[in-house]
Amino acid sequence: MAKITDLASAVGENLKSGDTVAFEGFTHLIPHAAAHEAVRQGTGDLTLVRMTPDVIYDQMIGMGLARKLVFSYAGNPGVGLLRRLRDALETGWPNRPEIVEHSHAAMANAYEAGAANLPFAVLRGYLGAGLAEVNPDIRSVVCPYSGERLATVPAIRPDITFIHAQKADRRGNVLIEGIIGIQKEAVLAAKRAVVTVEEIVDDLNSHPNACILPHWTIAAIAEVPGGAHPSYAHGYYGRDNASYLEWDRIAADRATFQDWMQTHVLNATPAVFEARVAALRSAA
Amino acid sequence: MTFTATTCAPGAFTADEMMTIAAARPLKSDDVCFVGIGAPSAACNVARLTHAPGITLIYESGTIGTKPDILPLSIGDGELCDTALTTVSVPEMFRYWLQGGWITVGFLGAAQLDPFGNINTTVVGDYANPKVRLPGGGGAPEIASASREIYITMKQSKRGFVKTIDFFTSFGHGEGGDHRQRLGMTTRGPSLLITDLAIWKPDPETKRFTVTSLHPGVTRDQMSDSVGWDIPYAPDLEETPAPTREELEVLRDLKARTKAAQESSKDAAA
Repeated sequence: MAKITDLASAVGENLKSGDTVAFEGFTHLIPHAAAHEAVRQGTGDLTLVRMTPDVIYDQMIGMGLARKLVFSYAGNPGVGLLRRLRDALETGWPNRPEIVEHSHAAMANAYEAGAANLPFAVLRGYLGAGLAEVNPDIRSVVCPYSGERLATVPAIRPDITFIHAQKADRRGNVLIEGIIGIQKEAVLAAKRAVVTVEEIVDDLNSHPNACILPHWTIAAIAEVPGGAHPSYAHGYYGRDNASYLEWDRIAADRATFQDWMQTHVLNATPAVFEARVAALRSAA
Repeated sequence: MTFTATTCAPGAFTADEMMTIAAARPLKSDDVCFVGIGAPSAACNVARLTHAPGITLIYESGTIGTKPDILPLSIGDGELCDTALTTVSVPEMFRYWLQGGWITVGFLGAAQLDPFGNINTTVVGDYANPKVRLPGGGGAPEIASASREIYITMKQSKRGFVKTIDFFTSFGHGEGGDHRQRLGMTTRGPSLLITDLAIWKPDPETKRFTVTSLHPGVTRDQMSDSVGWDIPYAPDLEETPAPTREELEVLRDLKARTKAAQESSKDAAA
């Protein structure tokens, strides 16, 4: 049964230092508000897992919260590189996280294996690819039927997964629509899951094939309108592409980055997200 | 060459525009295309809006048959989902649609490219101690092996067109010849490279990229100055037809709509 609570409690009661944590969202519905709360609580020594560690992981890595990063594409989509991650990997500032790098296909399969309670995933992947040489987790099996050699990767089983979704009902059932990404698998693969939602409603008004996570798969839910900004919530507000472009400038300089984090994260509350999307909401 | 009423005169278009339009032309209405962001996305949408209206565009965020009115900044912009035939989960996209063999053309860009179409988007320098840490492969390692063929589009530069790439993010033709088959790949691999200056195709035997067509006004000196390897030219070297007025108009409209949308997003955020 999902506990409906405030964001600070949802994060504080479920995320511990040293955890393996996934803040998932594939461009859409990225749980920015939850990540900012984790930064405010200073929860560190984390293994950060995500297919596309964009701005929120750039922020957490820049704040020195990451011990390790498991990922398949570390860029600011359409804009360029993640400058805080680059600084960490190229110069060790503020620390040099260990990295475990995959392809999207392998990460998707690894989450699915986690959700399916299997120890590893099998795919026809990494053929001729250099990652197999630098990531010892990428191995292979021989198909017992055809003799074909296939790639394997260990299942991803986070201690905790955070996602953002459109709606939850009062029992805690969660509805996700639009680009549904890897969120379902990331929740089902985790020991516990925390969901922020745009709104809590009496009735989800869903159709039978909607992506629903039943309340008993979720540990805690917090209502944070705008909680995906500058990512977006299909049906609520659009992607704030200008903010992604702006992040490139902010992250380019250590002091500018630290000032930004102080003002917009450390000294801010979850409620600021609603104001950020007000204009985007009316435009959507 | 003579210019028809519908063909643009030299100087009426940029090298970038020529690249995008040349990259759009080989796409067909019955292609199912896995689209990378940036130049590939522009080319695929120009193809859809001109000669290939039936083309199925697939972005790795899960959108199938998308018809965006503006070019997306990311592979998961709302526009892609809103205009798609359907949107599936990321595991389904990679397992069923890509690995399942439904993609006819994978369209990729590169940071570094070698003469055999091998792609690096991972690191410049040593993997453990990189000079420049790039975003990494994302969907590309499997797009490169599972799509029936691969088109690559990128601007020529000595930094990008290198003899030896620093990291094999996506396997092209490896060392050439039958290297793909030896690794168990049954797909064609890179079959076309479209740059701001030329069109390249792999030699049928060696699989080394050979220039088959120079864009209007491009000289061999310009080519040598922008590529870090010796350039083979096809004996029947052609000149790429200049953009038609329609192609250029469609591309410029698309870019203008995209720019306007990005600026209005900026106003909304301000």
